[in-house]
Amino acid sequence: MIAYFFQLIGQFVQDMRRQKLRTFFTVFGITWGTVAVILLLGFGQGLEKEVMKGMRGMGSNIVIFGGRRTTKAFRGLGKGRWIGLREDDANLLRERIPYMDFISPENNRQVHLTRGRNKRMVNVAGIYPGYGPVRNLWPAAGGRFLNEPDSKMKRRVVFIGDELRDQLFGEGSDAVGKIILMNSIPFKVVGVMIEKTQNSAYMGRDRGSAFIPFSTYSEIFSGRIYVNRFICRAKRAVDTPRMRKEIYSVLGRKYKFDPTDEQALWMWDTTEGQQFFFYFFLGFQIFMGIGGLLTLLVGGIGVANIMYVVVRERRKEIGIKTALGATPNTILLQFMTETFFIVAIGAVSGFAISYGVVSIVQSPLFENIHEYVGKPEINPLVASCALITLGLVGFAAGWAPARRAASTDPVQALEF
Amino acid sequence: MIVLENVGKQYDMGAIKVLALDGVSLEIGAGEMLAVLGPSGSGKSTLMNLLGCLDTPSSGSYRLDGELVSEMNRTQLAAVRNRKIGFVFQNFNLLGYATAQENVELPLIYARTPTVERRRRAIEMLELVGLGDRVKHRPAELSGGQRQRVAMARALANDPDIILADEPTGNLDSKSGEEIVALFENLHKRGKTLIVVTHDKNVAGHCKRVITLLDGRIDTDIRKGDSNRAAR
Repeated sequence: MIAYFFQLIGQFVQDMRRQKLRTFFTVFGITWGTVAVILLLGFGQGLEKEVMKGMRGMGSNIVIFGGRRTTKAFRGLGKGRWIGLREDDANLLRERIPYMDFISPENNRQVHLTRGRNKRMVNVAGIYPGYGPVRNLWPAAGGRFLNEPDSKMKRRVVFIGDELRDQLFGEGSDAVGKIILMNSIPFKVVGVMIEKTQNSAYMGRDRGSAFIPFSTYSEIFSGRIYVNRFICRAKRAVDTPRMRKEIYSVLGRKYKFDPTDEQALWMWDTTEGQQFFFYFFLGFQIFMGIGGLLTLLVGGIGVANIMYVVVRERRKEIGIKTALGATPNTILLQFMTETFFIVAIGAVSGFAISYGVVSIVQSPLFENIHEYVGKPEINPLVASCALITLGLVGFAAGWAPARRAASTDPVQALEF
Repeated sequence: MIVLENVGKQYDMGAIKVLALDGVSLEIGAGEMLAVLGPSGSGKSTLMNLLGCLDTPSSGSYRLDGELVSEMNRTQLAAVRNRKIGFVFQNFNLLGYATAQENVELPLIYARTPTVERRRRAIEMLELVGLGDRVKHRPAELSGGQRQRVAMARALANDPDIILADEPTGNLDSKSGEEIVALFENLHKRGKTLIVVTHDKNVAGHCKRVITLLDGRIDTDIRKGDSNRAAR
């Protein structure tokens, strides 16, 4: 059997040598198709990952809202009333809405931050300690996020973004435990955020912001009872529509506005963007995949074409072999094997080229591109998709010519 | 051993139907040396193809060693050809890209003979036909007579009982033809059944039984005494 296999290879090499140019283009067609499938899907996935990473940079399942003016009259109250939300609404909503996982009020303003001779106008937010994990503000090693005691004791502590740290302390230097001045009031840095990608924000990127306990913020900066906005998180992404509705009805009851009056509160459901991008990339990948598959299909047609030529040119040989006792299945196997050889050579070079391109683009050389299109990758799914398709293409391309070869009538074939 | 009963073969050529064989009944015993003669279009080739299991009859039955060949499918026919029949063609039908040895190995490959045994057997057969020194030559590097001898070696590779030759000397000069005929004689002595389709009177003269076909029927079937051969 092994010897027979070697004989097949020898035969194949012979055939292909006779048809050098045609074979080259055929193999190239398969290579090109393989490269198309792998690279299109690979780059698509890289881009999707990059965008989704950015989307999640602000946190998952997050809804942000604040008070606005009513546009509907309600229970004898006229429209155009200003709805001002307060800190204790957080507890109320948390208790009433089962889908809600977490809620924090958030106030912010631009504040002068000073460290030595470095001075910056920075967005400072007052928030609850739970805000950190929800908004993906992770402390780098050696530091921590704000905690409950900070909140209870109204400590003057601050958690800062990595970019802000670079600006105030110098790039990469240690800031934890050091003091910075906020409008001349000293605050101790307890943590620095690790680097993250974030492509949506409502008050500046987290990298350049500073976070202090809500209680501290209220005492020092706001002096008023109203809250700019609330950040809340649903338990699951699918819960956000119901959670939004509940917020309207709970707050409508408290502040006496029509729960159907969507203008009474402004609201931003970040999952809508995520859903949009999920479907966008699904469509994108399908489009890319189909594009690659069609290229591969055209390559497959080329293979089928050359196999037909080979079968026709070797009609005599098929007749001889049949006369000497080769069964139809033996002939079928021979031509299927040859087809798979062509496809395999094309596939291997296609994989090699794709791998090369992906490795090059992944290298730091193309770092500035990564920010926009992400890093392309050949993941097992993409690779196996391409492999299965290649197998099918090989089978489809080989089957008809091989069948024709196997059904050759030896009497007629030997007449020529 | 070979029993044809009322065998007919009809070809459909579009609207016209051609009756190539018309009720041929024939028995050929083991070890016979038989020539088939006849003008072109008399059905010689068709009979040859049927006897060689390359084709099946449209009517009638063909038994080979008691097996009903006329009812077999293509795969079964391939196995019968491989085991029982060796072909020698007018135009040799060797694979041009393969060496003499590789050509002889072909039937052994389809018989799934192990590699070592296959090599040994192929070389043995080439030595038998006097080409022990041409084992690695390709057909293009051999003379016509040598090519036909390679084809003979190939026909003998699986030690078949029957050798079918279709105008084996038709493309050869007389000297090479003589060599082939001598080989046939040799095989006949070893007890092989030889069936030769030929125009060559010389070849026919060596056969002890001569069948003449005319318009798809057996016209004459003459058995010669041993005296004929002795007289030569």
